[in-house]
Amino acid sequence: MTNDDIWILGIAMTKFGKYPDLDIVDIAAEATTAALNDGGVTMAQVGVIAAGNLMNANAGIGQQLQKQIGQTGIPVYNVANACATGATALRTVIMAVKAGEADYGLAVGVEKLAGAGLLSGGARKSDGDTWTPRGRFGAVAPVDGRIGTDIMPGVFAQIGMEYGHRYGGTSFELFARISEKNHAHSTLNPFAAYQKAMSLEQIMGDLMIAYPNTRPMCSANCDGAAAAVVVSGSTLKTLSLEQQRRAVKVSASILTTDPWEEACQVLPDINTLTRNAAQQAYEQAGIGPEDLDLVELHDCFATAELVHYDNLMLCETGGAVDFFESGAPFRDGRLPVNVSGGLQSKGHPIAATGIANVWEIAHHLRGEAGPRQIEGAKVGLAHVIGLGSACGVHILEASAA
Amino acid sequence: MAVPLVDYLVLGDDPHLAAHECTGCGARFFDRRNACASCGANSFESVQIASTGTVRTFTVVAFAAPGVPVLFVAAVVDCDGTSVRANIVNCPPDPEHVHTGMKVRLTTFSIGQDGEGTDAMSFGYEPIDGPSPNDESTNGSGS
Repeated sequence: MTNDDIWILGIAMTKFGKYPDLDIVDIAAEATTAALNDGGVTMAQVGVIAAGNLMNANAGIGQQLQKQIGQTGIPVYNVANACATGATALRTVIMAVKAGEADYGLAVGVEKLAGAGLLSGGARKSDGDTWTPRGRFGAVAPVDGRIGTDIMPGVFAQIGMEYGHRYGGTSFELFARISEKNHAHSTLNPFAAYQKAMSLEQIMGDLMIAYPNTRPMCSANCDGAAAAVVVSGSTLKTLSLEQQRRAVKVSASILTTDPWEEACQVLPDINTLTRNAAQQAYEQAGIGPEDLDLVELHDCFATAELVHYDNLMLCETGGAVDFFESGAPFRDGRLPVNVSGGLQSKGHPIAATGIANVWEIAHHLRGEAGPRQIEGAKVGLAHVIGLGSACGVHILEASAA
Repeated sequence: MAVPLVDYLVLGDDPHLAAHECTGCGARFFDRRNACASCGANSFESVQIASTGTVRTFTVVAFAAPGVPVLFVAAVVDCDGTSVRANIVNCPPDPEHVHTGMKVRLTTFSIGQDGEGTDAMSFGYEPIDGPSPNDESTNGSGS
């Protein structure tokens, strides 16, 4: 290892699910304590914290966490970047460690979402007594449902349908089969919120939310947290051989936003910024998509998983349907995607997701994933996207030590 | 009396949508911008958007926020190169009757009157050839 390399020394996630008796500080503390123990370090050594909790982004979760497990006066960056919040926290401490401002960086993301319904497009206010133009579009009445839709299942449904329009080959059944794959994968993951296989008939026959996304094709709202401890190569060299052996190298850490595109003014473009992030990540890591052993990508909806096969360049441009039909993204396929069960079954406690998917990859690279282990995994990629938009891509490699 | 639901809907004898077009690069925006998000220029002029277009993508929303009636078809319509967010109307809201590549045209309609008897006019896009069962795959490569 070189002194400038970045390594994940310790990483942990809570089981995703329902924690009615715990608050976000308790859940964050559980993941953080486990990550510190995993890395063999204490809060006294940590030099910087980046913490994310999207639903209470102004509450200072980082400082609340310090009060719960250790106040040492170090800088805290509370971050919020939609569904990329966890990846943003990780990237923030990576930048601090890379800059030499801290030896040990701690990133944590936590969310309580169990029981939450639609996370956008709030209840429509009644029309006023007098039509009065308000807001950026001079609207005289609420527009959600009158001029398109604000709900995420509908936005991402259109993104998948647009891919089908451009390249062909998609259908309601195809999108449902992607979901079937991830629900099947989840049965091997004890950390997943839902660990039930679902048949194609069950998935297609479930409650329709926004065609073609039915309820099990949508990410599962749940509670959970994930945390990671990051060090440089120069620090790792001073640690035990066991710590060096279990450390996971961060070969690329990238965050992008969307450059201007004509259509992104009316429908979020999740493609361009993901492709840009992937390109930068492969270049930084000095590898290509053919070198990956597994991928955790942001399947917030079944329709999104399909387009990201293409955006992350796991297939040729326009070839996402063929990639899926080839069996490649199944856990026994050429390039397993979302062996954790993905957001559709593992769950999506928003700010935790971008670190939990790194944990999943790290777990396999360490050879510690038990029954769902992808044998011999050496390189993996973790991807998240938050609308607005922000995209995080991390490429991880197993330690050679 | 009638007022538009949004200020980029222009009512009158020839109802149409209008956008702010960057005089530098031609990028179009339905809301106000200080500088062009594409090229950085800072002058805009109002342009009329084509009133016919092609459905580039859609979804049938079956579960919406409280107070929002379902089912409805939300779509992006490509109007001569300008993407417009809108509902597809005057057509059964199902994937048998709506498909990508479908030719549509702008239509306006009242969403109700306020206490002073003024109509608020909304807009949507309706099939040019009328609603007809889709004879291609529902979301294939389109036309």
